Amino acid sequence: MITEIKIPDLGENVVGGRVVSLTVKIGDLIEIDQPLFELETDKAVIEVPSPVKGKITDIKIADGDEVSVGMVTMIVEEDSSAEEKSEPQQEAEKVLPPVAIEEPDQDNSEPISELPEETNTLPVIAKRNPADIAPAAPSVRRFAREIGISIDSVPGSGPAGRISKEDVKRYSKQLNARRGSEASGSAAIFSETLPDFEKFGSIERKRFSKLRETAAKHLSYAWATIPHVTQFDQADITNLEKLRKQYSPLVAQAGGKLTVTAILIKVIEKALKKFPSFNTSIDMNSFEIIYKNYFNIGVAVDTEHGLVVPVVKDVNQKDISQLAIELTQISEKSRQRKLSLDDMQGGNFTISNLGGIGGTGFTPVVNSPEVAILGVSRSQIQPVYLDGTFVPRLIMPLSLSYDHRIIDGAAAARFLRWVCEALEEPFLLSI
Amino acid sequence: MSEITKTQVAVIGGGPGGYAAAFMAADLGFEVTLIDPAENPGGVCLYRGCIPSKALLHLAKLINEARESHKWGVTFGEPEIDINKIRSWKDSVVSQLTSGLGSLSTQRKINHIRARAQFKDAHHLELKDLNNEKQVIRFDYSILATGSRPTTIPKLFIDSKRVMNSTQALNLEDIPESLLIIGGGYIGLEMGTVYAALGSKVSVVEMLPNLLTAADRDLVRILQKNLDKRFERIMLNTKVSSMKEVKNGIKIQFEGAEDQIFSKVLYSIGRTPNSEALGLENTKIKPNRQGFIPVDAHNRTVEPTIFAIGDVAGEPMLAHKASAEGRIAAEVIAGHKAAFEPAAIPAVVFTDPEIAWAGLTEQEAKDQKLAVEIMRFPWAASGRALTMDRPDGLTKLIIHKETQRILGVGIVGSGAGEMIAEGVLAIEMAANANDLKLSIHPHPTLSETLMESAEMVFGQSTHVYRPKRNR
Repeated sequence: MITEIKIPDLGENVVGGRVVSLTVKIGDLIEIDQPLFELETDKAVIEVPSPVKGKITDIKIADGDEVSVGMVTMIVEEDSSAEEKSEPQQEAEKVLPPVAIEEPDQDNSEPISELPEETNTLPVIAKRNPADIAPAAPSVRRFAREIGISIDSVPGSGPAGRISKEDVKRYSKQLNARRGSEASGSAAIFSETLPDFEKFGSIERKRFSKLRETAAKHLSYAWATIPHVTQFDQADITNLEKLRKQYSPLVAQAGGKLTVTAILIKVIEKALKKFPSFNTSIDMNSFEIIYKNYFNIGVAVDTEHGLVVPVVKDVNQKDISQLAIELTQISEKSRQRKLSLDDMQGGNFTISNLGGIGGTGFTPVVNSPEVAILGVSRSQIQPVYLDGTFVPRLIMPLSLSYDHRIIDGAAAARFLRWVCEALEEPFLLSI
Repeated sequence: MSEITKTQVAVIGGGPGGYAAAFMAADLGFEVTLIDPAENPGGVCLYRGCIPSKALLHLAKLINEARESHKWGVTFGEPEIDINKIRSWKDSVVSQLTSGLGSLSTQRKINHIRARAQFKDAHHLELKDLNNEKQVIRFDYSILATGSRPTTIPKLFIDSKRVMNSTQALNLEDIPESLLIIGGGYIGLEMGTVYAALGSKVSVVEMLPNLLTAADRDLVRILQKNLDKRFERIMLNTKVSSMKEVKNGIKIQFEGAEDQIFSKVLYSIGRTPNSEALGLENTKIKPNRQGFIPVDAHNRTVEPTIFAIGDVAGEPMLAHKASAEGRIAAEVIAGHKAAFEPAAIPAVVFTDPEIAWAGLTEQEAKDQKLAVEIMRFPWAASGRALTMDRPDGLTKLIIHKETQRILGVGIVGSGAGEMIAEGVLAIEMAANANDLKLSIHPHPTLSETLMESAEMVFGQSTHVYRPKRNR
């Protein structure tokens, strides 16, 4: 039996990806669940396993191919003992009429085995049924293709729905207007033409990874649509650090690493409860604020493949120790590129901790459609004037970028101050 | 090995696909290298196919009309056939056209290298010229346009001067007393028409129950009636089981008919794409089982730098499809958003009468269970056809029942090949029956049959009384 292996359903909003590391070749015998290739989607690298056992008779993809859900990637002959006879044709070509000659009979006992059944004696006409082609002149179809409009979706104003060039233009304008309102003004951004860098020296062009491509588009969108303001503050975490060290072994026993980030997740959860406008998204089409009654916190993780933001779900139902364990697991998964799409969806607020690397402060970009992001820089011992004298204290610099459309400066200052105080007096968290 | 030359676009094969691609690429500003062993571009179409066969078919038509003109009161004597002169006239047509292509190529500053090419990888070709000297060229893009060749069955066809393929038949070595054509496709019927007019007794053997299997039966029937008169015999449902050279010709053993000896045999059982010996194993390209190179809608192969067009890239194996694809490939290379997406690729059989069709055939509509209306206008009702004493024709429209959009056009009759172009335009423009009906066609011409068949949709054809039935 012949089975077509298709790109499986990849979850919400994911329509396709790029094939990376194809591990099988034509003729391979494969088992059920044996990985066939990896698919780099917008959000994660997914291993595509074989749903069947059999022999691969055809592979229709190659590394680097862009594929979409439902596309046939390879053909497997389930009964591996079968011969080549049922090898499928690569293309949906017409079955051609056989020729006027067949095997010779007894006179010539040798059968003509290589009788080319594909020969034909006729011109075979159009591959496509004209009834399936949008009713538009070739010049109009070409015009639509050039401006990136699918002619099939253009409503035609002519007799029997014939599509004119004007129809295509009108449809394109409508589409732009719709997109423009979605992007609320980002349509005004033009891309500049790149200079010919080779004039200045040798260069190498390398294609974006799918991850980088998605991040680039997403961040451009966030930067262009969200009026960013960044608020800075610093927290004295001398006491917190003592507590952290004290309880670290306990958490380590449970399999987690008690990090400042794990603690921050708890602090932010409490802060979101205290300042509900930070736990929102905004709908610019309807000018509505969407308040969320759940608490999912994204954590930016630096991996060798790029930045990913796994989301720790329902943090309000977890204590710091559980959060530490989960964070350890999820970071590990990120580095091994094993995050599922579900692991990366549904965040309300993001924490980006660069303290491990260094820096005194930075302005993170809000991870749209969230409305705020916390940046953490390197903690340092600093002299602090306390009770008439300078004492060494461990100071952690924090920055809060927020969407000024929904959050005012005063609210942001209060939010960040509250976070600092919670870090300075962890007792606050339990009140 | 000499120094590596570089080219932006390397076109392999100088047929109607290859030279159209090369010219388009040059017109788009690329520096182009055209690789073909022949002196000038042309390929099978010009050297061994469309053009020489049409020159000979023109003569066949002339001879047949002269023979029949006694019915109209003009009697000519038996024609004197000077086969050498015919051959040289045919060759002069070919050389005029091919040398014209040569100068068009030079004017476009295309570097024509007379050689055969093999891929070394997705950026390099090794060329072997006529003296077997090798050189390597590096290309940014390559367009494979190596075409096809007559299909053979080595175990059946014997090596004899009396057994010809279409190329050899076009060379017109002699006019055999009897000729058997194996394969009832368009090549066989066209060559049969030529040889019959020149005086050979032509027989056709076809394994299937019909000639021209892809065409609609009602069109073929009219042609076949004429062929029955001109040909000695048409054997359908008949297989050739062996052939043997005997003293006066080739002895053919049929399955389902008695043995017979023919002076010559022409096999025209189809064409095989030329996808071998191109070094494809050094690329990711794998021809499919039929030998075609798989391509996407932009005629790009799995190798992003290599395109394939024409016969080697799949059915239908027709020159005009190759040229259209060649131009698309060049445009895609130039970064244009172009794709090969015709609504209709016309097919013409240059027999007498000619058969031509475009878009959907009636049979395809039936197979796909499409709700269509079929309009047939018999040429007996055409003034122009009668002035030529050619009532043996039919113009047919296949029309979408709901939208009355023209989905297919089929024509049999003298000059059908020229007329089908209007059908192609109608299909491509998504014209409906009313558009065709309201476009004024010149009188008296055969093109009126298209307009009148559109009028029939509304039960209003001037020259055919067929009132509209209640639906």
